[in-house]
Amino acid sequence: MLNQDLSLMTARKYDVLVIGGGNAALCAALTAREAGASVLLLESSPREWRGGNSQHTRNLRCMHEAPQDVLTDAYPEEEYWQDLKKVTGGITNETLARLVIRDSSHCRDWMRRHGVHFQPSLSGTLQLSRTNAFFLGGGKALLNAYYRSAGQLGVQIRYEAPVDRLELRDRRFVAAYIGSERIEARACVVASGGFESNREWLREAWGQIDGQWIADNFLIRGTRFNMGVLLKFLIDAGADTIADPTQCHSVAIDARAPLYDGGICTRVDCVSLGIVVNKHAARFYDEGEDFWPKRYAIWGGLVARQPGQVAYSVIDAKAIGRFMPPVFPGEKAKSLPELALRLGLDERAFVSTLANYNSACRAGTFDHAVLDDCHTEDLTPPKTHWARPIDTPPFYAYALKPGITFTYLGVKVNEQAAVHFSGKASSNLFAAGEIMAGNVLGKGYTAGVGMAIGTAFGRIAGAQAAAAILEDAQRAAA
Amino acid sequence: MRQLDALATEARTLAIGVPPLGPGEAEVARQMQICNACRYCEGFCAVFPAMTRRLEFGKADINYLANLCHNCGACLHACQYAPPHEFAVNVPRAMAKVRLQTYGEYAWPPALGGLYQRNGLTLVLALAGGLALFLLLAMMMNGKLWGEPLAGNFYRVFPHNLMVSMFTPIFLFALLALALGVRRFWNEVSPGDRVKDAPGAAVAEAAQDALLLKYLGGGHGQGCNEADDAFTLWRRRFHHFTFYGFLLCFASTSVATLYHYLFGWVAPYALTSLPVLLGTAGGIGLLIGPAGLLWLNFGRHPLHGDDAQKPMDRGFIALLFLTSASGIALLAWRDTSAMALLLALHLGVVMAFFLTLPYGKFAHGIYRSAALLKWAIEKRQPSRLQLGSE
Ligand SMILES: Cc1cc2nc3c(=O)[nH]c(=O)nc-3n(C[C@H](O)[C@H](O)[C@H](O)COP(=O)(O)OP(=O)(O)OC[C@H]3O[C@@H](n4cnc5c(N)ncnc54)[C@H](O)[C@@H]3O)c2cc1C
Ligand code: SF4
Ligand code: SF4
Repeated sequence: MLNQDLSLMTARKYDVLVIGGGNAALCAALTAREAGASVLLLESSPREWRGGNSQHTRNLRCMHEAPQDVLTDAYPEEEYWQDLKKVTGGITNETLARLVIRDSSHCRDWMRRHGVHFQPSLSGTLQLSRTNAFFLGGGKALLNAYYRSAGQLGVQIRYEAPVDRLELRDRRFVAAYIGSERIEARACVVASGGFESNREWLREAWGQIDGQWIADNFLIRGTRFNMGVLLKFLIDAGADTIADPTQCHSVAIDARAPLYDGGICTRVDCVSLGIVVNKHAARFYDEGEDFWPKRYAIWGGLVARQPGQVAYSVIDAKAIGRFMPPVFPGEKAKSLPELALRLGLDERAFVSTLANYNSACRAGTFDHAVLDDCHTEDLTPPKTHWARPIDTPPFYAYALKPGITFTYLGVKVNEQAAVHFSGKASSNLFAAGEIMAGNVLGKGYTAGVGMAIGTAFGRIAGAQAAAAILEDAQRAAA
Repeated sequence: MRQLDALATEARTLAIGVPPLGPGEAEVARQMQICNACRYCEGFCAVFPAMTRRLEFGKADINYLANLCHNCGACLHACQYAPPHEFAVNVPRAMAKVRLQTYGEYAWPPALGGLYQRNGLTLVLALAGGLALFLLLAMMMNGKLWGEPLAGNFYRVFPHNLMVSMFTPIFLFALLALALGVRRFWNEVSPGDRVKDAPGAAVAEAAQDALLLKYLGGGHGQGCNEADDAFTLWRRRFHHFTFYGFLLCFASTSVATLYHYLFGWVAPYALTSLPVLLGTAGGIGLLIGPAGLLWLNFGRHPLHGDDAQKPMDRGFIALLFLTSASGIALLAWRDTSAMALLLALHLGVVMAFFLTLPYGKFAHGIYRSAALLKWAIEKRQPSRLQLGSE
């Protein structure tokens, strides 16, 4: 019965086929449907895992000229653009970036119409209260609202429908395949995310150290369903690409986090309050270089380059109550040698690293809210701020591993979100979300930009796909 | 006095150490540690903001948070770590399990706390007992249950004094038991906080949150979850029908009592009299509300709440429904031969209701109000934590 329904559903030729089930896909599907197109959405995951990385998100970076409901002060276009330029080191496309920025100033009314609610910045993230609108209940609540709205509007949704290839003719989309099932549509939006769940691909991208695949020790913070199948297909089919194929956004997360879908709660926020050592009990980077929100994203890469891709964040009792409580309790010990034992580190090396660090700390006025004057002297690497001796028991430590957030490699698009082949735009194949985010965010990251790109380009792609059908119809009639 | 209380609690904690957590409580502590690192649900209700003021979750914190939770379901559907995720976060279920335990643990007298565990059976037995009692009484006193119309004069079936002497002690006992239970609860979750020292604004806010059921609004005012992730205001509405219907019925009885003792006006009262009007309005509310709540209860998403609590929920709802249905039937047929029988049935149900009042679902309102008051007091105090994050 079910199979029959499904085949009936796909036997029909839809106007717009949307591939993916995260934020970008839903934005595209809703917009195309609003424009009058019939829409089929294919999500590779089962229903309970739907929504890709978007289910783990919490906020959207929004341009605004004056205080708005949940946003304080103002965040004008120019400042947003400068921030993007800075974090990407200029690896961005200004036209597309400004498109995203401007869209972020008014997309929230549309989001609300589809049932999304916003809340002020969460406790502990005051630094984002001006720039980022938080989703009430997080990304999964946002997706639930979008899926409900899509259902009400008559978008057809299929779960457990992983597309493995497309049929293209002269840069035009003809059909998509799930195994041997062929699904035709007049236009297509690919919103199937990056390739961060594909461990083979990550291996290739990161290579080996000491005969060991670096990526084998990576944890994936988001979904297990972003295998990059369509990204790879499009690249092989000659689509133009963008951004560094070997780069990904990664942060240092609790080593006990699950292999996939650990999400936000596995982060460890006490790095700048103590020191970090590798498995030889040696420090390797300035833990107090800058404010944690500005530095957390470099630690994934730093840990990835340490032996065994593991490190340990060590603090003492003075730090408790100053950082977001971690999801797993830390190793706790009454003395430093005991802590070394619990971590399985060489006791002598550990104690001597701490002794060196402690004696290098120059007393100052500790203030975690500013770049204070507590720093080390004659220590390599130095700790330039918030350096206080680790001397007050109990001591705590958290093992860290690199956690991959997303990959940068994507397909090149224009302002219409059209996929390009040898510099020429397709007239009915569009891309949105992480699969094209590299056009705007070629490297680096700043909170809330992923959803801003997916929302802007999802809506553009949906509208363009619907418009492409109309053009075709008019051409046929003429 | 305040310090003394605090000192006493501290001394107790020192003497017996940190009270160990039962499996239900340990599960809440586990989930709260995940939520506290995530916090996405902060805007839904008071539970999460109260959680963020803590780093660790002891028994008292857990019992407090469990009773603050309204089981609205929002944080389950929004949770990225809900089953089938290996973290298996289901806050409403974990809270519901502990909630049921807290009612039993704080119940007075403690020996009767066990009645919560097999509450369906408790209710059925109380109902059967109440019905049997009044049917037998009616038979004994009148020789029959069916007789010539008595023009609505209940006291010809059961003399007024008899009814007063049966219901007053049971009602007073119920009040006492509930009051002592919630007092124990308060002393444990809020040691050192004396209710009478609470800021007026906090008391007013707690009262408003309880009376308007703020936290069945989902944080956005569109309601709570029932069968799926869509929001609906029907639970709040049906609960209002139930609660305010109950209050109107209670008001009807109180006015009638005043009429009787103050003015010597004896029942039956005219259909347009205040007691009958209040009672009818309340009775209708108490029909619509429980019927609606029961209907919603059967349609609830299978992951919501605690299955073990369903007999208690449904039994209580059914009892409320029977109370109003039998009351309205009595009003409708009070001038017929069925009156004596209907009166015996109604009184039997009401008796069962009052008997089980301190040992059933009714307690949730009392404990939740106390938790809301604690939250209203607590949120006005500065937090000790200065947490920073990415
Ligand atoms: C833990 C975490 C927190 C984050 N927090 C934020 C935040 O707060 N703000 C922000 O802006 N960004 C955040 N990001 C980044 C953000 O998640 C992404 O930028 C955004 O979700 C991308 O949306 P998308 O729709 O393109 O991809 P996804 O949401 O990942 O969706 C891709 C979808 O495609 C489906 N799919 C994949 N392959 C196929 C196939 N072959 N056939 C059919 N379907 C397929 C997947 O199942 C999935 O549903 C976060 C990321 C992570 C991991
Ligand atoms: S219920 Fe889930 S999403 Fe909500 S705060 Fe807890 S862990 Fe986070
Ligand atoms: S079920 Fe509702 S009231 Fe209970 S914790 Fe979750 S959001 Fe809050």
